[in-house]
Amino acid sequence: MSLHGRDITSIRDLSREEIEEILASARKMIPYAEGSKVVHPLAEKIVAMAFFEPSTRTRLSFEAAVHRLGGNCLTIADAGATSLRKGESLYDTIRMLSSYADAIVIRHPNEGSARLAARASDRPVINAGDGAGQHPTQTLLDLATLHEAFGTLTGLKVVLLGDLKYGRTVHSLAYALAEFGSELILSSPRGLALPEERREELKRVGGRVSEQPDIRKAVQEADALYVTRIQKERFVDESEYREVAGSYRIDASVLASAKPRLIVMHPLPRAGEIAPEVDQTPHAAYFRQAFLAVPVRMALLASVLGSSRRGG
Amino acid sequence: MRELKITPIKNGTVIDHIGNGLALEVLRIIGVRELDKDSSVSVAIHVRSGKLGWKDIVKVESMELSPRKVNAIALIAPTATISIIRDYKVREKRVVDLPSRIVGVLRCPNPTCISNQPEPIESEFEVTDRRPVVLTCAFCERRVDDFLRHLA
Ligand SMILES: Nc1ncnc2c1ncn2[C@@H]1O[C@H](COP(=O)(O)OP(=O)(O)OP(=O)(O)O)[C@@H](O)[C@H]1O
Ligand SMILES: [Mg+2]
Ligand SMILES: [Zn+2]
Repeated sequence: MSLHGRDITSIRDLSREEIEEILASARKMIPYAEGSKVVHPLAEKIVAMAFFEPSTRTRLSFEAAVHRLGGNCLTIADAGATSLRKGESLYDTIRMLSSYADAIVIRHPNEGSARLAARASDRPVINAGDGAGQHPTQTLLDLATLHEAFGTLTGLKVVLLGDLKYGRTVHSLAYALAEFGSELILSSPRGLALPEERREELKRVGGRVSEQPDIRKAVQEADALYVTRIQKERFVDESEYREVAGSYRIDASVLASAKPRLIVMHPLPRAGEIAPEVDQTPHAAYFRQAFLAVPVRMALLASVLGSSRRGG
Repeated sequence: MRELKITPIKNGTVIDHIGNGLALEVLRIIGVRELDKDSSVSVAIHVRSGKLGWKDIVKVESMELSPRKVNAIALIAPTATISIIRDYKVREKRVVDLPSRIVGVLRCPNPTCISNQPEPIESEFEVTDRRPVVLTCAFCERRVDDFLRHLA
């Protein structure tokens, strides 16, 4: 198996074995991501960062990953607004970019844009988020965080909390966890439940899924609590939003009856979903999760773009 | 029992064994407005059929269907047979057959899918289930099972 030269547009493009291999390689990348060791498999390589909508964190961690691997970035930080496109199709823009770079990382507001980019480009394309669609490297780093904490992705009980309707990160994560044989406990406010289509998809891969709207109960049995943002725009009136957001807030008292080893995850940035007091507890894993973005993206870039020979 | 309730055609295409009530959708796919001046169309709706109970038939004079239109018909009328008539005789007959990819026939139901933006590409779906037929957008992964509403 080799990821060399492959497009990574959806977590579904990766087999379970391939995901395991990326996670294993990401673990080895940690000292290189921290800068305590140096490795340059991307020396002389250029990676284009085609960001058609702003996403500072994702872009920065991809750039850090490229730099740590000794490569160079061509960054278009807000391609939608710049004069780069001038009404040009995405197809043509990517076609042009693919002649300047060895790989393209794309973030775009329309679902399916990474697949389109992969067709336009003769270099590998990595999806860094396409609208409400896929964001496979986010899923990989979420899995890496769980794997680092528990040494496995099988048999875990993971609570997915918050906006499970629009939150794309939870859709791909739920799918991957179901495939690995972990159990999902869904906890969402009314109107923001996991869409039926997603639920059926989980069933198709044999996922065990239950619901527990009461956070305190949901947390008791869980190994991990994955918190997502609840966005104001999803509510008709402000007061309803505040009530819902308030009842889904994680603080020390919510975690009082949790297992000692429960980890709390969040894709960040948080907006009040997790009280700062949780940072001080051993449950807080979200900053570790944010750091793991770098070694995971390094591992992926190195296998897609690095020499096809293994090791080194 | 001969079932020629409508005038025989000299050259053209007969789409027979269309599921009861679906003839008008087949006409939509054929695109009545695109027909040339010699292509008159006759339609029989709710005709007795041994195999189907009731069926619809569409006959188009002086026209043979493009593969794309045949694919679209396969989607909404999977029981249909297509006969090519030349000089009043059936020269070719085949059952419609759903390919594994459907290109350009349907619009993706997701309005923000990249395939609905002004890009130099055609819509594309993978047939991900056959019984019943379910298609998945090759770009945004949206699933479609109500094809009638999404014909391009
Ligand atoms: N000259 C013609 N003009 C119009 N329709 C025709 C003509 N010749 C045949 N057809 C129609 O084309 C279809 C196929 O013709 P065919 O003679 O093979 O019918 P069949 O024996 O009933 O076959 P099937 O098993 O497909 O029903 C039928 O619907 C028939 O009515
Ligand atoms: Mg007959
Ligand atoms: Zn689509």
